[in-house]
Amino acid sequence: MAHTSTAANTAANTVEFGPATGLSCRECGTLYELGPIFACTECFGPLEVAYEFGEIRREDIESGPANIWRYRSLLPVPADVAAKPNLQPGWTKLVKADRLAAELGLRSLHVKDDSGNPTHSFKDRVVSIALEAARNFGFHTLSCSSTGNLAGAVTAAAARAGLDACVFIPADLEPAKVVMAAVYGGRLVAIDGNYDEVNRFCSELIGDELGEKWGFVNVNLRPFYAEGSKTLAYEIAEQLGWRLPDQIVIPVASGSQLTKIDKGFRELIKLGLVEDRPYRIFGAQAEGCSPVSRAFKAGQDVVQPVRPDTIAKSLAIGNPADGPYVLDIVRRTGGAVEDVNDQEVVEAIRLLARTEGVFAETAGGVTVGVLRKLVREGRLDPDAETVVLNTGDGLKTLDAVAEHARPTAVIRPSLDAFRAAFAN
Amino acid sequence: MSVSVRIPTILRTYTNGAAEVSGEGGTLREVLQKLDADYPGIGGRILDETGKIRRFVNVYVGEEDVRFADGLDTATPDGVQISVIPAVAGG
Repeated sequence: MAHTSTAANTAANTVEFGPATGLSCRECGTLYELGPIFACTECFGPLEVAYEFGEIRREDIESGPANIWRYRSLLPVPADVAAKPNLQPGWTKLVKADRLAAELGLRSLHVKDDSGNPTHSFKDRVVSIALEAARNFGFHTLSCSSTGNLAGAVTAAAARAGLDACVFIPADLEPAKVVMAAVYGGRLVAIDGNYDEVNRFCSELIGDELGEKWGFVNVNLRPFYAEGSKTLAYEIAEQLGWRLPDQIVIPVASGSQLTKIDKGFRELIKLGLVEDRPYRIFGAQAEGCSPVSRAFKAGQDVVQPVRPDTIAKSLAIGNPADGPYVLDIVRRTGGAVEDVNDQEVVEAIRLLARTEGVFAETAGGVTVGVLRKLVREGRLDPDAETVVLNTGDGLKTLDAVAEHARPTAVIRPSLDAFRAAFAN
Repeated sequence: MSVSVRIPTILRTYTNGAAEVSGEGGTLREVLQKLDADYPGIGGRILDETGKIRRFVNVYVGEEDVRFADGLDTATPDGVQISVIPAVAGG
C-alpha cells in the first residue's frame, strides 16, 4: 500500500533486503513498502528500489567475494546472501581491447565481457537478485518472459536454489537458447508469437490466480531484478581502478540495463567511491528493432512501439518499457542512441572476435557495431576512455555468423596439398 | 457494442476485485468513458490529465496494441476483449 514515509517499513524488511527501504515510483515518486509489485497504483509508472545506504568503503568491497555479492551492501539482498545456493555471477572480465581500439581509432577501449557468467549472459546478475526476492516473498516457482538468455538464467538459478521453474519464450528463438533454457529442467513454454506478445501473456497470467503465487523475475519481481544491472556499473568502475569511464556503449532492449548502469554510476559518486566527473552514455539498437533510436533521432520523448525484424533477437523488444528513461539519460549525459543493420551486426561480431578473441552474441555485435558507427561519424571522443558491453556468448547465436565462419580450405592430409593451397 | 475489459490487479480496487468486467461502446474512447461511469475514477488511472493513454499503460483491443491501430479511436467490435496492462519489459 502507498505511504509517504519509508520509516513505516518493518525491521524485518530492512534485514531481508539489506539497505533497501522501499519501492518508489519513477514517475510520481509515490512510495511503497517492499513487495512483489512493479507498477504504481497512481500512474502505472515503474517502481524501483529505494535505499538508505550506510557508510560503504572501497576496502570492504574489495575484501568481498569475486562475484556480484561483493556489492551486497548496495543491493536489495540480505547480508548473508553469498552463503545461500545461487549461481554467483559477476566479476566478469574487463578486457583491455587495444587491437580493437587501434582498428577503430580509439585511444583507450575496454570490453566488459559478460559472456563469462554461469549461463553465458548478463542475465545471471539480474536473476540472482530476483531469486533473493522470490525467497523473501515465499514464491515456490520462478518464472519469466524471455527472448532466451533470461529463460536460461532463470531455469539454472531455480535448479541451483531448488525452486520450480516455468519460463515463456517466443517459439522462433535461436536453437542454442532453447536448449540452454530447457536443459536445467523446469517447464519451458514456447508461445506462438513475438516477445512483446509473450510479455503481454505473462502480464495477464500474473493477474490470474493461476500465476499469482509465482515470482516472475521481470514482472512482479522486476524492481529487484533490475537492480542486478547496477553491478555492471560497480564492476566497471572498480576494474578501472575506482574510476568511471568517460563514455560507455550499452545495448538497449527494454532499456532497463542502461538505466541501472546510470543509477549505479550515480550511487558510486554519491557514496564518494569514485570521483564526481561527467560520463556519457550511448545506447545501441538493431535497425530492425530501433524504437528508442528512432525517438532519439526524432527528438521525441515518447517511444512509439515497432514490430521487430532483426537477427538480434535478444534485443527484439518492440515496446521497451524503459525507453523514455533511456532517452532522458543519454540526453542528460550528452550521449546518443544509434542503430546498425543486420549486416553491420555480423561484421562487428567478426571484428571483435578477430581483434580481441571475444565471441559476442548478436546483441554484442549490435553494441560494437554502434560503437564503430559512432566513432566513424565523429560522435564519440576518440581520446576519451571508452567501455563497450558484450552481454552474451556468441555460441548462443552461432547461426548469425555460421555462413561467414567456414574452413579456409579443405585439403588432403599432405604437405603437397597444403603447399598447393597456400603457396602464396 | 458489448465488449469485455480485462482489469489489471492494480485497478481491481475500482471493480470490487473483478478481473474482467463488461463494457459498451463503438470505440475504445467510448468504452473507457462508460467504464469510468460504471467504476468512477478508473478512467483517470488509464488516461492522463490531457486525456491520452498514460505512457506506462498498454491497451489491447483483441490482439492489437492500440498504438498500432487508431489509439483511443480504435473500433471495438461486438464481443471483443479489451486488455489494460501495465508496461513491463526486460527479456
